Amino acid sequence: MSSQDIPEEKHLPSEQGDAHHGGVAVADDPFADPGLPVHKPRIQDIDERAAKRSERTVAMLFTLSMLATIGFIVSYVTLPVDKIVFIFPIGKVSALNFALGLTLGTALFCIGAGAVHWARTLMSDVEVADDRHEIAAPAEVKAKVLQDFADGANESGIARRPLIRNTLIGAMAMVPLAGVMLLRDLGPLPEVKLRKTVWAKGKLLINDNTNEPLRPEDVLVGSLTFARPEGLEEEQHDFQTQIAKAALMIVRIKPEDIKDKQELEWSHEGIVAYSKICTHVGCPISLYEQQTHHVLCPCHQSTFDLSDGARVIFGPAGHALPQLRIGVNDEGFLEAHGDFEEPVGPAFWERG
Amino acid sequence: MKKLSARRRHPLAAVVVLLFALAVTGGLYAAFAPAGKAQADETAQSLAIEEGKKLYAVGCASCHGTGGQGSTDGPSLVGVGSAAVDFQVSTGRMPAQQPGAQVPRKPVIYSQAQIDQLAAYVASLGAGPIAPTEKQYDPAGADIANGGVLFRNNCAQCHNFTGEGGALTLGKYAPNLEDVSPKHIYEAMLTGPQNMPSFPDSTMPEKQKKDIIAYLQNVNGEKSTSPGGLKLGGLGPVSEGLFGWIFGLGALIAVAVWVAAHTAKAKKS
Amino acid sequence: MSTATNSSAAGAPGNTARKAPAGERVADWADGRLGIYSLAKSNMRKIFPDHWSFMLGEICLYSFIIIILTGVYLTLFFHPSMNEVVYHGSYVPMQGVQMSEAFASTLDISFDVRGGLLIRQIHHWAALIFVAAMLVHMMRVFFTGAFRKPREVNWVFGFLLLVLGMFTGFTGYSLPDDLLSGTGVRFMEGAILSVPVVGTYLSFFLFGGEFPGGDFVARFYSIHILLLPGIMMGLLVAHLILVFYHKHTQFAGPGKTNNNVVGMPLLPVYMAKAGGFFFLVFGVIAAIAALASINPIWALGPYRPDHVSTGAQPDWYMGFSEGLIRAMPGWEINLWGHTLVLGVFIPLVIFPLVLATIAVYPFIEAWVTKDNSEHHILDRPRNVPTRTAFGVAWLTWYVILLIAGGNDMFAQYFHLSINSITWFARIGFFVGPVIAFVITKRICLGLQRRDHDKVLHGRETGIIKRLPHGEFVEVHEPLPQGKLHTLTSHTQYAPIEVGPTVDENGVERKVKAGEKLRAKLSKGFYGENTHIPKPTAEEYKEIQSGHGHH
Repeated sequence: MSSQDIPEEKHLPSEQGDAHHGGVAVADDPFADPGLPVHKPRIQDIDERAAKRSERTVAMLFTLSMLATIGFIVSYVTLPVDKIVFIFPIGKVSALNFALGLTLGTALFCIGAGAVHWARTLMSDVEVADDRHEIAAPAEVKAKVLQDFADGANESGIARRPLIRNTLIGAMAMVPLAGVMLLRDLGPLPEVKLRKTVWAKGKLLINDNTNEPLRPEDVLVGSLTFARPEGLEEEQHDFQTQIAKAALMIVRIKPEDIKDKQELEWSHEGIVAYSKICTHVGCPISLYEQQTHHVLCPCHQSTFDLSDGARVIFGPAGHALPQLRIGVNDEGFLEAHGDFEEPVGPAFWERG
Repeated sequence: MKKLSARRRHPLAAVVVLLFALAVTGGLYAAFAPAGKAQADETAQSLAIEEGKKLYAVGCASCHGTGGQGSTDGPSLVGVGSAAVDFQVSTGRMPAQQPGAQVPRKPVIYSQAQIDQLAAYVASLGAGPIAPTEKQYDPAGADIANGGVLFRNNCAQCHNFTGEGGALTLGKYAPNLEDVSPKHIYEAMLTGPQNMPSFPDSTMPEKQKKDIIAYLQNVNGEKSTSPGGLKLGGLGPVSEGLFGWIFGLGALIAVAVWVAAHTAKAKKS
Repeated sequence: MSTATNSSAAGAPGNTARKAPAGERVADWADGRLGIYSLAKSNMRKIFPDHWSFMLGEICLYSFIIIILTGVYLTLFFHPSMNEVVYHGSYVPMQGVQMSEAFASTLDISFDVRGGLLIRQIHHWAALIFVAAMLVHMMRVFFTGAFRKPREVNWVFGFLLLVLGMFTGFTGYSLPDDLLSGTGVRFMEGAILSVPVVGTYLSFFLFGGEFPGGDFVARFYSIHILLLPGIMMGLLVAHLILVFYHKHTQFAGPGKTNNNVVGMPLLPVYMAKAGGFFFLVFGVIAAIAALASINPIWALGPYRPDHVSTGAQPDWYMGFSEGLIRAMPGWEINLWGHTLVLGVFIPLVIFPLVLATIAVYPFIEAWVTKDNSEHHILDRPRNVPTRTAFGVAWLTWYVILLIAGGNDMFAQYFHLSINSITWFARIGFFVGPVIAFVITKRICLGLQRRDHDKVLHGRETGIIKRLPHGEFVEVHEPLPQGKLHTLTSHTQYAPIEVGPTVDENGVERKVKAGEKLRAKLSKGFYGENTHIPKPTAEEYKEIQSGHGHH
């Protein structure tokens, strides 16, 4: 008697029993499971010559793998590490990388291909059915386990002696605090570190390219220059941390094109100095379009208008780029009039 | 002059002609005054300016005005210098074909001699960066490593690590620098074409420009290598991810299909 | 058996009559101590069904092993230090440049260690493929309903592996301290800073002070090579044990029931196929590493917080989070001297939510359907339109975010405006999944209708027959019984009813809000327009008997 019932039904809760179609037993159900199809032989099963061919193919693949490994060793020993060869259509590549990779790839692939070919053509391909058993334990097993647990818990007396239980919970809850405490020295407290940069009154603007102090006449309309504070050298141990806040982007805009009054005041004859660090998440923002005065961040496309107080005109940044107030000192060099008046870079809770 | 005749059919042709006529009549003084200031001692130079002026009147004045004073269609050319003209015209960007977010690179329509004449004329309108000589931009002997540092500081933000180019706002873009000649790279840095900012000698001296050119030739030129294999555009994780999905996982799934497929039977059922 | 016999047996042919072969003796030894025979009894000939999609998990497993093998090799040469050094190695365009030791040692691995570049590239390619394969594997499990009881726990293990895999990838990608990955770490710092109240503290503790400081490479290193892979290894073992314990699911078909598993035995077929597949995967990845460059850090340069390149993207698996942050408008609220950085914090919160949406789905489905039975027969996606539509909607969401994450690349290569793509993503984030849901559901129903017709009227043969009275008909060939069974063996559930609101005594019965919601969702899952009723045996017989008159 073939069962046309869908197999799940046995486990279905009773209220679901009528929830499907085809549940009515019909003796000659056309949709009944006919059972596993009869196994049909492969060519290799009935033709020994074909089987022999498969055997040779597998052996050939394994042999090829051995040859490829030898090729790998030979390449390793003979090819200089810096040799460049032209391989069409890939281009000029490292000969060693190319040779080692392909020989290793071949050696591995052929082992796999041989094994799979062997399994597919020569090992038995008769499908076998294996029974499943329900995962959940039978009721008597469950009862036994629950009883055992109750016995064990009883013998421990944990329910009768709550003092032990409660203090144990307390101790277990507290001991991880020791581990948490140990994390304290992972780093210093933020304090006001994110609010301060090395810029200060009188610090000269050093051209990043030339390492020379900038003069106003160096900066032309339409040009883009990057500057850092005087005294910040690449060799310094905290250079990376300091430049991450102090990096400056300098452009010159015709004073009549500057729309923001404070920007003009803080500039020197249209030379404006803005933080190079995006106020979104801190990428160095410097994709300056000199005709529109827009500057775009390459990371998340925040766009700022440098001719209008660097306000955000597109993208995910939340506030304008901080401007550094600059002027010219007695010797005619550009200098800072102080530190940034607001924190540089990404916003944070305490920024306010 | 197929290009020119094609341009005559442009819908703006009438406007152009009108502007041209206006400019010729009204702008004569403006056109001649700065030319008079130009140092045209040598007859050859003044001859070139004369020739350039003729070329300019035909090919450029419609947008930039007869005297290079600019119009709504094109910026003023007074003071842009010969370097800008050489860059714009010998990369085919100028004359522009159609308005758009950005004027693209196109096949060049002028000969180098004509470009020089045009440059001489525009240079005569006002002092500006001068087209460099080979000695200025030849990268032989320059410091590649320093060029790399400079490139990453000044250029990579728009043009990518190795000058593959990148997107800017509203459809504008920084072009790929792969087959741009050293001279044009030099001129671009010097003059800041279109929306690119300039990097004048006062903030980026000639030697540093050479370093940058040398670096670019090393990483993105005919001689550059990609030791690891296919460069995948040099674009970083996006193209790597696509390649990994399509060729990596794709190949592995193809292999999996083979591994799991039933072996051919002796007789088709 | 005495040792004397053993030693004397070595070369004495006359003494072998009662002696077991060497392999058996080793096995005996092990069995006496480990009980391997009992273990092998149920497992050695364990049955695995054959289907290519069941091997996706194996791709994950093998690429993970490859990553571990190559990763160990890389640790032999990599220096996880941010001390600044001046490079004097063999790569000319970096000579004399100041960089961290981490970056310098990665250059050495690439240019001075023979085969180092290959191993680096295998490691990175395998990592990309690992996460991609996990996602595809997860989708296979999702769309076929393989996550249902008893496999929910294994679904969660798999999901955790995916999440941990992403973060292991991210920390590994950051280790060379190159300009691209450093930009990614900077982004991470900005994201942490956006957390209200504790953000700055978290950031200072993670980086050992201000960004970038001198600690994060060493810290990420121990996370990348020990902490995360260790957890993953544990989860992986648990995942595999459960696969063995539950026995593999199978697609419906003749002879395949919910109470059996049909396939080939582990020994020898799967030993050869699965074992061989490891070598195939390794071989393919090695070949890819020979042919295609990945993460050429020498072209990217060392990290400096004031340098950047356009096209700053994370590896693909983090792309959707990049998309979230790119599409988000820049909202920022300043109140009482504090800043709520919503423009960064909202994406940071949505990031886990995107993943959690797909992770909790199995539990929602189980709750809605009240289905408490074991399922070992896989669903065809079309037969569960609501689930399938939900999955496609989720994928659409994910892909839109991926596109947003690569908006600059799409802008550059398809000559589009970066701003338009961002707007597309902003709108698509909300609209895309809905459209995908509706369309997918309709397609599923269409496919069900086709199955329905195929069962009742047979397969279209493509043969056109002219009837005596001149009508042309296409000859339909009835399906074999096995096929009929396959196409009709799935369950079609009826939605749950809340039941009458008054009990038999006419007293008003309180229906919990949860019950109502469940009934409503259940209607959405299984109510009208969610399936084409399966053909019944009666319908089939009627039509078949009627065929003669046709």
